[in-house]
Amino acid sequence: MPINYYITLALCLFAIGVVGVLTRRNAIIVFMCIELMLNAVNLLLVAFSKMHHLAKGAAATAGSDGQLFVFFIMVVAAAEVSVGLAIIVMMYRNVHSININFLNRLKH
Amino acid sequence: MNAVLLSGLLGVVMMFASFLFKTKAPVRMLAILGILLLLVVNILESNGIRLFHLDTTGFLAFSSYALFFNTIAIACTLVYFLISSKDMQKAGNHYAEYFALIFFILTGIFLVTSFTNLLMLFLGIEIISIPLYILTGAAKKDLKSNEAALKYLLMGAFSTGIMLLGIAFIYGATGTFEIAKMNIAGLAKSNLLTAGMLLLLFSMCFKVSVAPFHFWTPDVYDGAPTVFTSFMATIVKVGIFAGFLHLFYSAFEPVALQWKLWLAILAALTLFIGNITAVFQQSVKRMLAYSSIAQAGFMLFALVALNETGHEGLLLYAIAYSLATIGIFGVIAKMTDYSFDGFNGLATHQPLVALCVTIFMLSLAGIPLSAGFLAKFYMLKAVIQSGDYLWLVIFGVLMAAVSAYYYFRVIQAMYFKQGPNHFSGISSFEKYVLVGICVLIIFTGLFPNVIFGWLYF
Repeated sequence: MPINYYITLALCLFAIGVVGVLTRRNAIIVFMCIELMLNAVNLLLVAFSKMHHLAKGAAATAGSDGQLFVFFIMVVAAAEVSVGLAIIVMMYRNVHSININFLNRLKH
Repeated sequence: MNAVLLSGLLGVVMMFASFLFKTKAPVRMLAILGILLLLVVNILESNGIRLFHLDTTGFLAFSSYALFFNTIAIACTLVYFLISSKDMQKAGNHYAEYFALIFFILTGIFLVTSFTNLLMLFLGIEIISIPLYILTGAAKKDLKSNEAALKYLLMGAFSTGIMLLGIAFIYGATGTFEIAKMNIAGLAKSNLLTAGMLLLLFSMCFKVSVAPFHFWTPDVYDGAPTVFTSFMATIVKVGIFAGFLHLFYSAFEPVALQWKLWLAILAALTLFIGNITAVFQQSVKRMLAYSSIAQAGFMLFALVALNETGHEGLLLYAIAYSLATIGIFGVIAKMTDYSFDGFNGLATHQPLVALCVTIFMLSLAGIPLSAGFLAKFYMLKAVIQSGDYLWLVIFGVLMAAVSAYYYFRVIQAMYFKQGPNHFSGISSFEKYVLVGICVLIIFTGLFPNVIFGWLYF
């Protein structure tokens, strides 16, 4: 398949993630949308990796660094989620809500 | 190289320190000894003496500039520990862990100043960010701290997503993450590359709070415990700036025409929004948050100029801005009232502290004989040398004049107004540290050659 299909799919997923972050008010759903953005990037990286592999082709490992990068993104995303959920739990204990509309005390 | 491993190791040591020591004093001593060790090891490495050697070809390269920047970051952290480490007890119960997180953040800063691979840039930025989310939320019962942590986390993760998309596009266009192998100049017409570069630019602007991506900064800096605001507004910000400059200087210089104008406009916008909004603040802490945005505008000049003077200017800026802001936050952390009125009459209650704060404010405003003046001077000189964007220089000078207003407001409150004492006391050791910072600021302002002598010889 042409690479443009993958780019379009990844961009669609990424855009869904961005729109979700900007419009949803539930902290967990906002977080899921951020994960969607990261996974769209993962998909794109893997597609590019395959593309470079086919283009270079000489060595079996050609273009494999894109796939390696994906693993790092997964690890970092997991670390970010563990910290993020801890922060959300901490906030829930204090205000009994995870609605991010509560985030307006600092405006005053 | 040695500093990267050692600071990660020290972070682990500090985590164990929390149950090895029952009291807080030995933990503090251990942290200060650790940072001193880190400083010595890094200075030794700058002079070519390595404790051990690992091959990091293709991932990290420790140029003398990067090593010197690391030395500045470590030295500023040492000063920060000396003046603020006692106040960290007020933030929460996990004293040793805060030091551990700060050591981890330093590891991230070392990666960001010396990467040669976009993977290392991404990892470095994340190693800086994730501990910072925790430090921001350190005051667990404080709603403002909770809110700041969640806001910082959501904004940080969002900008990381954008940065990753940028890196993925660049990978698609060039086929490698290694900057040296990219052949950017040959791909100047590639749309993928341009899109990736602009996405990277915007996400880095998010991280260093450049307008119009700055909206999270005042809330986060205001809500976080003051001691940690001090760390994040100074050492972290300057460290990420070093990475920003390194990225655009080493990788995207061949296509500078495509992004320089964007950056010049962003710099002007940042200066304008930061300075004008700072004028209207009632809280000194929030004013300093906006002032940090305004100073980021000046630091962007190094990127607009992209020459040697710009690099030197960023070094001077790192020293001048970090030292002065750490000093001021060290004082604010000991105040019970963060508003401008809280500073009323400080000069009669605490004459020495008021004098030090005055010197810090003068340095931030860029008054001659202080390090801040030279830093601004080098930034303006760098842009003039690069030839273009003279309007930016003129605008920068105008905005520096505006900034004097809100810095002098604090001085005026301290010396020309009377009020009750809102200062909760300071030990004589911390007074010596404050005076030491003042001496450093004035020394750097008078003899910048000493600093550059260190860098080049």
